[in-house]
Amino acid sequence: MSRLITFVEALREAQAQCLETDPRVYLLGLCAPGPTGIFGSTSGLAERFGTDRVIDMPASENGMTGIALGTSVVGMRPIMIHMRMDFAVLSMEPLVNQAAKWHYMYGGRMRAPLTVRMIVGRGWGQGPQHSQSLQSWFAHIPGLKVVMPTTPYDAKGMLIAAVEDDAPVIIVEHRWLYAIKGEVPSEMYRVPLDKARIARPGRDITLAATSHMTLECLHAAELLQQAGVNAEVIDLRSLTPIDSDTLDASLRRTGHLIVADTSHESFGVGAEVLACATERSFTALKAPPKRMGLPFVPTPTTPALADLYYPRGIDIAGAALKMLGSTATLPPQPKGPRWLDVPNPEFTGPY
Amino acid sequence: MTESSTRPKSGAVADKATRRAMFTSLLRIRMVEEEIARRYSEQEMRCPTHLCTGQEGAPAGVSAHLTRDDHVFSMHRSHGHYLAKGGDLDGMIAEIYGKATGCAGGKGGSQHLIDTGCGFMGSAPILASTIPVGVGAAWGSVMRGEQRVVVIYFGDGATEEGAFHEAMNFAGVRKLPVVFVCENNLYSVHSTLEVRQPASRTIAQMGPMHGMEGLSGDGNDVDEVWRLAGYAVEKARQGGGPTILELFTYRWLEHCGPMEDIKLRYRSQEEFDSWLARDPVAQYRRRMIADGVLTAPDVEAITGDIAAEIERAFAHAKASPFPLPAALTEHVYPEPVR
Repeated sequence: MSRLITFVEALREAQAQCLETDPRVYLLGLCAPGPTGIFGSTSGLAERFGTDRVIDMPASENGMTGIALGTSVVGMRPIMIHMRMDFAVLSMEPLVNQAAKWHYMYGGRMRAPLTVRMIVGRGWGQGPQHSQSLQSWFAHIPGLKVVMPTTPYDAKGMLIAAVEDDAPVIIVEHRWLYAIKGEVPSEMYRVPLDKARIARPGRDITLAATSHMTLECLHAAELLQQAGVNAEVIDLRSLTPIDSDTLDASLRRTGHLIVADTSHESFGVGAEVLACATERSFTALKAPPKRMGLPFVPTPTTPALADLYYPRGIDIAGAALKMLGSTATLPPQPKGPRWLDVPNPEFTGPY
Repeated sequence: MTESSTRPKSGAVADKATRRAMFTSLLRIRMVEEEIARRYSEQEMRCPTHLCTGQEGAPAGVSAHLTRDDHVFSMHRSHGHYLAKGGDLDGMIAEIYGKATGCAGGKGGSQHLIDTGCGFMGSAPILASTIPVGVGAAWGSVMRGEQRVVVIYFGDGATEEGAFHEAMNFAGVRKLPVVFVCENNLYSVHSTLEVRQPASRTIAQMGPMHGMEGLSGDGNDVDEVWRLAGYAVEKARQGGGPTILELFTYRWLEHCGPMEDIKLRYRSQEEFDSWLARDPVAQYRRRMIADGVLTAPDVEAITGDIAAEIERAFAHAKASPFPLPAALTEHVYPEPVR
């Protein structure tokens, strides 16, 4: 049975079903059993499964990641949760040097089935240390799998697939997706960890995106439609690898590419996708492809600067028209709220 | 070396002028936080804001021993540390409002206050992240032959991070002039101490393991904080090396934001009430009057002065301009100093 639920409900349901069906699974995170349940993503799970399986932890990201790895090598299946990806920076050693390599460097004799959920913040002054989107750091490391679900359907299916995968998997969750609703089956299902998804078919230009930027690209596609341009939107979903089959097939239809990522443009997912496109689909490209992401600047806290920092659908649509050499004009934008630093109008801060 | 082996004698108190200054500092921090909480719902302070209401005792008592040249490093709940060290109030409020006149030009917000002019060297919300930096500032000062004590504030949660132990170890190795001040408010966000640290040892007891004394005391009793900090700061100044102080205190409001949060039930009403009864400000006000340091009219006059100062700071913040768009790309890399 399928019904309309939010991204955060999909995450919670995926974890509940993993806990229910597999006694090896446990959740570990600061305040995971707490009253606000990590932005609601673990709410009620401690009451249902107990604090032996939905486990609070010291503020020791480095040590606790190694400890979680230790439990996984003796057969447990931990889901570790970082309320903000910026805190996962403290756990780089056990993730990068250890978990990523234990299968390879021990000649296949070790498995580290560790799932790490990392939440990317945005808005309400999250600023330089509470809003980083560091997926390309992890995607650079062989042995780690990195996925970025956008829809509630993928959030549930990819989280379940991650828990069942024998490799360490990092799930990057954008906080601004949490309230998004979508159709989600109530039963358990898996979404592959290595395939992109065509979010909107089109023929004139390919907009390939990660996570929340997929929504911005869908908005851009609507604006472009009104300007007579038919854009295809690809939700990349997986970074390891980038699904270059889907990308190449799209580019052979459209000949144009804009990549929109939640992180900085340089040395990031955008750069990698452009490399894939030019290496494999060069002859299909009719114009130089383009990256869109954050400027090479830390996140400013004040909304006066943060509003300039994040590219939006209108910016992507404008860039698409420019790439296509189109003189069409985009529909006028309705006047929005003064600041663009909240995911929805009901939000009154703080996180 | 055991805990409390050289603990300063209880009973000693500061001179009247110092106690008056500590009371003013305490009250000022309280009133600033209350005004932020009152105005936060206007949605003009658009950044995560961790108020220190209830925890004013530590900064008021510690800073009484610090000179302008001494350094303070802090964490997410930094307003009290900043103000007690002499941080500019206008700059702090404007920073929380995201204005160009803020102490970090609006780029940092409440979590990244700074005022190098008074020796407040920065604050950051990643747990324990400023502890090694503070130790480095002390070490660098020694390298440069500068006389300086460095105070590093952090919470109980930060002592669970590896960086805390690594920095403590090195400070112990080098006998650096550092005072580690742990404000133990019993919770990391909503997680109780019991699920995070062994019940059989205190945070102060970790001092001797890293080659330094560890003292603990009531962080809501400013005179006690003053005694403990006086001992630790003076020892550091005289080349006696670092100390860790564990000061017990309690956060009155939610982890982040202006509201009370008893309704979340991660802590009990009884516990909350017992700490409210040990309000550092009210306790000290009573004691100041009982000891004849201040009269009720004195307190009223101080309150009026602070209220006027706070009103000016908010007016300044509200009237200040936002940073211009060009500021977005400024400061990624430093310009050469001419």
